[in-house]
Amino acid sequence: MMILARRVSERWIAALLALLLALAPGFAGAGDASSPSDALARHVLNRLAFGPRPGDVERVRRIGIEAYVEEQLSPDRIADESVEARLDGFPTLRMTQAQLFDRFERPLKEARRRRKEELARGESEREEEPTEQRLAKLRDLVPPENRPRRILEELSAARVVRAADSRRQLNEVLVDFWLNHFNVDFAKGADRFLLTSFERDVVRPRIWGKFEDLLLATAKSPAMLFYLDNARSVADAEHRPPGFRVLAAARPKAPTGLNENYARELLELHTLGVDGGYSERDVTELARVLTGWSIDRRDGADFVFRPALHDVGAKTVLGRTLAPGGGVEEGEETIRFLARHPSTARHIAWKLCQRFVADDPPPALVERVAKRFLATRGDLRETVREVVTSAEFRDPAFFGEKVKSPFEYAVSGVRALGGSTDGRGLAREIARMGEPLYACAPPTGYPEASAGWLSAGALVARLDFSLALAEGRIPGTRVCSEDVADGAGDGAAVLLAAPEFQKR
Amino acid sequence: MFDRRIFLKSSGLALFAGGFLPNVFLRMAEAGTAAGKKTIVAIFQRGAVDGLNVVVPHGEKLYYDARPTIAVPRPGAGDEAAIDLDGFFGLHPAMEPLLPFYRNGLAAFVHAAGSPDATRSHFDAQDFMESGTPGVKTTADGFLSRAVAGRVEGRTSPLRAVSLTPTLPRILSGSAGAVTIPDLERFGVGKRGDPTGDASRLLESLYDRADPPLRATARESFEAMRLVESARAAGGTTENGAEYPPGPFGAALRQIARLIRADVGLEVAFADVGGWDTHAGEGGTTGQLSTRLRAYSAAIAAFARDLGPQLADVTLVTMSEFGRTVRENGNRGTDHGHANAMLVLGGGVRGGRVYGKWPGLDESHLFENRDVAVTTDFRDVFAEILARRLGVRDLDLVFPGYRIDPRKRLGLVA
Repeated sequence: MMILARRVSERWIAALLALLLALAPGFAGAGDASSPSDALARHVLNRLAFGPRPGDVERVRRIGIEAYVEEQLSPDRIADESVEARLDGFPTLRMTQAQLFDRFERPLKEARRRRKEELARGESEREEEPTEQRLAKLRDLVPPENRPRRILEELSAARVVRAADSRRQLNEVLVDFWLNHFNVDFAKGADRFLLTSFERDVVRPRIWGKFEDLLLATAKSPAMLFYLDNARSVADAEHRPPGFRVLAAARPKAPTGLNENYARELLELHTLGVDGGYSERDVTELARVLTGWSIDRRDGADFVFRPALHDVGAKTVLGRTLAPGGGVEEGEETIRFLARHPSTARHIAWKLCQRFVADDPPPALVERVAKRFLATRGDLRETVREVVTSAEFRDPAFFGEKVKSPFEYAVSGVRALGGSTDGRGLAREIARMGEPLYACAPPTGYPEASAGWLSAGALVARLDFSLALAEGRIPGTRVCSEDVADGAGDGAAVLLAAPEFQKR
Repeated sequence: MFDRRIFLKSSGLALFAGGFLPNVFLRMAEAGTAAGKKTIVAIFQRGAVDGLNVVVPHGEKLYYDARPTIAVPRPGAGDEAAIDLDGFFGLHPAMEPLLPFYRNGLAAFVHAAGSPDATRSHFDAQDFMESGTPGVKTTADGFLSRAVAGRVEGRTSPLRAVSLTPTLPRILSGSAGAVTIPDLERFGVGKRGDPTGDASRLLESLYDRADPPLRATARESFEAMRLVESARAAGGTTENGAEYPPGPFGAALRQIARLIRADVGLEVAFADVGGWDTHAGEGGTTGQLSTRLRAYSAAIAAFARDLGPQLADVTLVTMSEFGRTVRENGNRGTDHGHANAMLVLGGGVRGGRVYGKWPGLDESHLFENRDVAVTTDFRDVFAEILARRLGVRDLDLVFPGYRIDPRKRLGLVA
């Protein structure tokens, strides 16, 4: 490695930076001095995309900032076949929920059943051991091609490939945003075979439509119903419909009452926000409204409303009274009501502004975006447009002020070096830097503010990654730094490790 | 009183069977090295552990009434029952690895402890606990950071505050310059074993021109890297036959023990452990919570054993954002509650006791008619430990807006 052999001096670094900027102006973050239109083009690419690829800055300048923003706001009109074709390399992405179940869940269930039978026959000794070990042993009984880990690897690699190479960059940025907003953890039980459909069939098709449709689709998704336990929430004793007893008697371990986990996160995280003006009573009442919203697991997993488990009493959520005897429609209406609530508008507006503009976004901007959200009945394209076409978005004071998440850092590094990746090794590096994709345990998702990502120690992992990437040591990922110029391999490492490149 | 066979198997602590500790621990009381070399190890159980099933109020009939399927049976009710601590409280049987420490006066619990803020949001409650300012969202830094930064000492180590997590937790963010070390072995840049190599020097010089906060972060990173390298060089064996259970929490505690043994100037270490949000299928003596508690307790016991006599200089304390509902829910689980139980173990601890005023479980004493009321503010527990063990003097700085009342001192550390 040249970088290790050379005596290093400040002057050498400065010279190298100047050389590389001259060769490829799209390389660096926002910190270097070049023309104002370059700086704005780079800013746009840092925020609406996962950073510039070589040539991107020139392209944006050529077609104009406005035209680029408009293009990105309508991803359906952007041809993206080459990336779509590469996703063929991840077969689990195309499988239906039922296929995923057959392929990855049934073998595990059968292994578990066999193990139970062995124990019952006394062929193997019962051991006291932690779940992790017991699960690991079960996994070993399943052939590698049937292990759920493969789903996670393909999901993560595909996310990385799309972020690195899709021409629908803003779409990928927003997929990241909404999957984080509606966080579901792969590690929680059945979610290991439910996340594929959650991303593909629930989130991706709706991020440019109405917020309430997206929200309702997540509420009915088996992935969310399982992750936040609503699938098991049933009417309390005093509000049960006549048929309840029969069902409960049929299954001795059947749920017997409310589970308020989802109702709480629906209010706190998905809609109103923690200061959005709801009470503890609203949480419980909303949980009652959503009883019986569950998962039909006969054929994989589908949404099912079970009237026999639904709370039939009167309820009051945020002052809205629901008459006794309601069914699935009272939940649907309540969710739509929550989606249209002014607190939800402010909460979503604030989060989008924090993502695209600044950690502490200007209140006037948040207010305008919230108004737009309400005026368009939660039209997400129009809401995002309000953010990214605002004067605040273009304020140079915010250029390069957001610290990249590990996902953004890794992908922008590959892009800056004109590299290509199969996503797999890179996804592992992203996990090592603290952001394992699809594996955020708490429902809050990963932090958006810069302070969550950059600290002493965390920086060490990033610098280590930047060297590994520049030196071509990440499996399945190639960067083209060696093609640029003699000595550019060192330059690539310098650029990726540079303070400016930690930010966007 | 408990099934010895399972105990030996599950804990890997054969020597401790029957509640006896090796002599090294019993000498601890007199031991204790030079002043100013104390370490606090703070553990966050994220997701809100069910304290009522950790330290079980088996003397309360109402506990059993409220939990028909998930209560831990009274001591003496066969193999799978609570292990009596003081005639009223009992330990979950999966936590047996910690029992010898309790019996030998090295561990104590504080029950009905927590944050006075009523929020049942995981995020807000963790945030309030870590900032040390319940109810105040604008606090910029964490209370452990303020505790470390506020100490007036001569030279301080770049590894005085370490978090064994991939990203910096709220509790250590601030001017203490805490370092995150997710994995001691892999902590470094480029080629291993070469912390002063050209690559490091190049990167270091690169950050000389960064903006001031980033420059400071980088300087702390590089100093930490050099010190970690020297700690690694000291070797990584565990001592006294300690066996950590597999999993990230055991790994984190093993690395903390290693840093303590390498004498790198560690004052505060932090680790977290999740999986406590037991809304469904929590279980009593077996089940989800039991499984978690078993590995958790085995990890802490291994840590204590690994340190041996050096445990005299180390005080471990656990916290969780809130407790869980007294009554089980409709899914054999529990929902978000209020007060919880904390564990304090190690040097200086006046152990063998369950501290705190027990508020009782009858409806008139429940918080909002559903949860255990908080009778000990978690800040009082930490204040005592920080003051007595680390010599932190300015507690107003650590817990702004909260007056530490000496009359409320529990007396849980000497």
